[in-house]
Amino acid sequence: MSEWAAASPTVTAVLSLVTAWLCVGGLGLVRPNKVGWIAHVLFPLGAVIALGVAAIGATTWLPAFVAQQAVLPLGLPDLPFHVRLDALSGFFLLLLGSAGTGISIFSAGYFRAGEGTAPGLLCLQYHVFLASMAMVMLADDAYLFMVAWETMALSSYFLVTTQHRLPEIRRAGFLYLLMAHVGALGILLCFGVLHGGSWQMTFDAMRTATLAPFWMSIAFLLALFGFGAKAGLVPLHVWLPEAHPAAPSPVSAMMSGLMLKTAIYGLLRVSLDVLPAGPWWWGVLTLALGLGTALYGVVFAAVQTDMKRLLAYSSIENIGLIVAGIGLVLICRSVDMRVLAALALAAVLIHALNHALFKSLLFLATGSVMHATGERSLGKLGGLIRRMPWVAAFALVGSLAIAGLPPLNGFVSEWLLLQAFLQTPHIPHAFLNMIVPLGAAVVSLAAALAGYVMVKFYGVIFLGQHRESTLAMAHDASGLERIGLAWLALGCVLIGAFPQVALDVVGHVTQLLLGDTAQRGSSWWWITPAATHQASYSGLWFWVGLLAVTGATFVFVRRFYRGRVRRTAAWDCGYPWQTPRMQDSAEGFGQPIRHLFGPIFKIERELPRPSDATPRYRIQIEDRIWLACYQPLGRVLQRVTESLAVLQGGRLAVYLLYSFLTLIVLLVCVL
Amino acid sequence: MSAPSLTTQVLQTLAGALLLIAFAMLAERRSRRLVTLLIWQGAVLVTSTLLVAATAHLPHLLFSAMLTLVLKVGVLPWILLRLMHRLGIERDNEPLVNVPTLMLVGLALVIFAFGLAQPITALATTVIRQTLGIALAVILLALLMILARRKAFTQVIGFLALENGLFFGAISTTYGMPMIVELGIALDVLVGVFIFGVFFFHIREQFDSLDLHHLESLKED
Amino acid sequence: MTAAVYLWQVGVCAVAIGLAPLFAGWVAQCRARLQNRCAPPLWQPYRMLRKLFHKEATLAINASWLFRAAPYVVFAAMVLAAGIIPSLTTELPVARVADAIALVGLFATARVFMALAAMDIGTAFGTLGARREMMIGFLTEPALLMVLFNAFLMAGTTALPAIVQNTLAQPHVMLHPSLAFAAVAFVMVLLAENARLPIDNPSTHLELTMIHEAMVLEYSARHLALIEWASWLKLFNYACIGFTLFVPWGIATHGVSLGGIALAMLLLVAKLGVAGAALAFFETTSAKLRLFRAPEFLTMAFLLAVLGLLVHLLLEG
Repeated sequence: MSEWAAASPTVTAVLSLVTAWLCVGGLGLVRPNKVGWIAHVLFPLGAVIALGVAAIGATTWLPAFVAQQAVLPLGLPDLPFHVRLDALSGFFLLLLGSAGTGISIFSAGYFRAGEGTAPGLLCLQYHVFLASMAMVMLADDAYLFMVAWETMALSSYFLVTTQHRLPEIRRAGFLYLLMAHVGALGILLCFGVLHGGSWQMTFDAMRTATLAPFWMSIAFLLALFGFGAKAGLVPLHVWLPEAHPAAPSPVSAMMSGLMLKTAIYGLLRVSLDVLPAGPWWWGVLTLALGLGTALYGVVFAAVQTDMKRLLAYSSIENIGLIVAGIGLVLICRSVDMRVLAALALAAVLIHALNHALFKSLLFLATGSVMHATGERSLGKLGGLIRRMPWVAAFALVGSLAIAGLPPLNGFVSEWLLLQAFLQTPHIPHAFLNMIVPLGAAVVSLAAALAGYVMVKFYGVIFLGQHRESTLAMAHDASGLERIGLAWLALGCVLIGAFPQVALDVVGHVTQLLLGDTAQRGSSWWWITPAATHQASYSGLWFWVGLLAVTGATFVFVRRFYRGRVRRTAAWDCGYPWQTPRMQDSAEGFGQPIRHLFGPIFKIERELPRPSDATPRYRIQIEDRIWLACYQPLGRVLQRVTESLAVLQGGRLAVYLLYSFLTLIVLLVCVL
Repeated sequence: MSAPSLTTQVLQTLAGALLLIAFAMLAERRSRRLVTLLIWQGAVLVTSTLLVAATAHLPHLLFSAMLTLVLKVGVLPWILLRLMHRLGIERDNEPLVNVPTLMLVGLALVIFAFGLAQPITALATTVIRQTLGIALAVILLALLMILARRKAFTQVIGFLALENGLFFGAISTTYGMPMIVELGIALDVLVGVFIFGVFFFHIREQFDSLDLHHLESLKED
Repeated sequence: MTAAVYLWQVGVCAVAIGLAPLFAGWVAQCRARLQNRCAPPLWQPYRMLRKLFHKEATLAINASWLFRAAPYVVFAAMVLAAGIIPSLTTELPVARVADAIALVGLFATARVFMALAAMDIGTAFGTLGARREMMIGFLTEPALLMVLFNAFLMAGTTALPAIVQNTLAQPHVMLHPSLAFAAVAFVMVLLAENARLPIDNPSTHLELTMIHEAMVLEYSARHLALIEWASWLKLFNYACIGFTLFVPWGIATHGVSLGGIALAMLLLVAKLGVAGAALAFFETTSAKLRLFRAPEFLTMAFLLAVLGLLVHLLLEG
């Protein structure tokens, strides 16, 4: 117990907050079907705790802060749990807490009775999920890390299958669980390599373990595989577009906004903290995987017709960008260019935070839309800006942010990432030197495509005419939901306006991992990663400039040319009949991308003929990776297991014989 | 980095133009414009050869420049244009793979070529040593063009572009080849084009088209 | 920085706002002359603005606030962009707020708002135009960024004024093969971004061909005036980006004097005159591409710009 007593107040506080989350979850079981109790007491309580977690994460950048460790009196004998709070875990706790606050407030208004799992149970799973993510970020030994990691996977599995009566949701949940465990296996093996024969499971021991270069590379590849499966790195992404749409919207928001970030956290922890600087090809591999994932995700997002699937693919894209950034960090680290590595790492961390904010925001907005309309398919929505002005306004902020448009937060991380790419051409390696600008080209292409995707997402859901007559009855989100959305939207705007604060914050992390920071200038108004005359950007002044010029134009036009405004039918080149069906559908909006990137997809189309009395148009777009890799693998597994099924004779005596033989064989071995 | 001399700058720019033309050829669909591009490529080649001859004081390069001018800018395009006219193949000329993909592959080839040339470049001592990578890239792009086109006529143009790339590479690394080799190559190319011309007529007589997929039917089953 | 600098900043924006319609009028006049048509007067765009600002605005019944706000946002974005680009002087405070990457972002913001506004009414033309615009946009945006990257690599900075100063500080003219690639790519991007032939035809309303016009169909009066003005500003801005990257001579650097600005102004007008004539000539001699050839055209622009980067690394690195 002495170690427990010696733990610093900060660590004690964060652990008690995690425990509080568990307690809140447990309280849900007290009256599992009382919606008012759960929605109006427990979830807001969870939000307050999340705020506390964020605050503790924020303390890690106090000047006096040093990394704090503690040993818990839990776990196995001789294998206690170690926790550690340093700048990296602090940053991710901040991410978890700040986005989690918004999601919890929203959930308070969102969850209702009568949808699959009982609300009380849902509340328990939800808070266990949050607590386990916090523990992943606090764990300081492989044992606690894996326990928290598996708890996270299981609790999120139960959350995904909330509507467990629907077979396709059970299927999606199973796929998710399967991939989560394949990934966990990779991580477990990675830790197995990392301890380097010392059998010490703490990260401290792993840091000091000396590994042969070959085993270092093996450990890195295993980590990339394991965390990549969780993050949705192509080709391990297949679970993501199935699981995210299946879950209730706040859960999708948590999985996409928060859980994917635990994988990023793990990758950073292993590749930058535990492992020493590796050969340059680690970085190139990571960069290539990241860029491939980004392009793949965004191209698929552009052709989706289900709004949550679209967002899920967009998450794949963002993870791809983040991983590409990590690749750049690794490249720079391998050639010992610390400032550039710090710049790239800053871009990675800020993008992770940004993605947590805007992706949660958008998933929650789709939740409100689904509650209001009961529809998920883009083909049956439209014109909701008039019925749901609040949700539409918040979703606009999220969409513009995710499209990487200034002066919102998405642009900040994109800007930093491009700056990092731009300043690398002094790498003393000819091939690397040529690959890096290509990386910048792909990043900018993916970012521009994200703009396309978001125009489609926002335009088809919120703009135009109602595609179904029932949409005219849609109602706006409730008060708590609006507060949740507003919290996240505010985060997007603030990071956009004060990027220098974000850069300062992540400076502590880069200092910890790389021993250098990206923030060169000390000015409060600018971010100047290299030097003032080389590159500078000021989010706040950009806001001021844009608003001032827009306002001035508005005032000027209104003051001097105040013509009347008349409302009338749309002109549309004079066509008299206009129906909602004449707008572009989601399929139509994706058509140029389908045409341009045709070979990536497997498209099945059924086109109507002019003579058809009841014309029907059907299109199905499938993932070639699923067809080419997973289905054959599944078939092989099926065949192998079928051949093993011979063992299952059905007679009890035979089964007993198996046990008996096993016993004999084991005894022989002992001899 | 000290500023390179003006000649070097001009030569580098010409090398860049050569690469640009090679890419334009990859993307161009019309045969007539392809011949025009070939003429331009020849002209750039002549100019750069003259420049190298002037700076390095190598009079024999003047002769090869003249030879290039006569052959690559004059005779060969003239033959090709006549052939085109006689065969009536001025129409569109769709590549086998779509153009953006082709360009992407081209880009990868350029990176490969540049990477390949890097260590050699460090050893070379000539005025325009850095351009070896570009020469290599032009050669590879011409090969790609031959691969990706379905008309026999375009393949001949690709062949000539390839020869241009080789010539440029020779100038940039070793100030050109010995005169006798150069003459031999020039003669070979000329004869090659004549033979191609004869072939064209035969192919067209046989299949009523210059499309090479007809040749697939010659395979014995 | 003194107050005078801020005054010049406002002046640069004002010059852009004032000159942009004139430039559009000049291009239209050159086109008409080249095509043996009767040329409209140079100030035709100003007349059009005056007419539009005095008309009664008609709005579709279901137009939302987004539709009404978009013209102001688009116009403001273009004015701000004009403030970033050193068309007359490099002493621009706004250029520190937003560098060239932010400039591309600003163009993207304007494009996204335009497309969203086009989708707001829910007509067939509007959505069609929005889709096509975004298709063009997602290819031109990275292409423009790559063109700028060429300049960044050369100058080691992403601030446009610093790029100009870097070029002007060279003791003698340097030939950069990579800039040749960038220039070709830039011209292609300029044509596509400003709804010019061979991508879009600014003078037709045919449904099969139009992109920009399809998006603004539902706008009228003052909203339309702002949008038209913004599109002329965009053309002006692009021309000025071209000047800063490829022919920066004449732009006033190091201390702003009245004489320097006057000279810069004179040269800017001369450059605009030449560029406008060249644009008109190019448009007159080229035919419109099929819409599905447009991505090919733009992919080529993108790849050429990337190729420029590679050539730079090989030859000049």
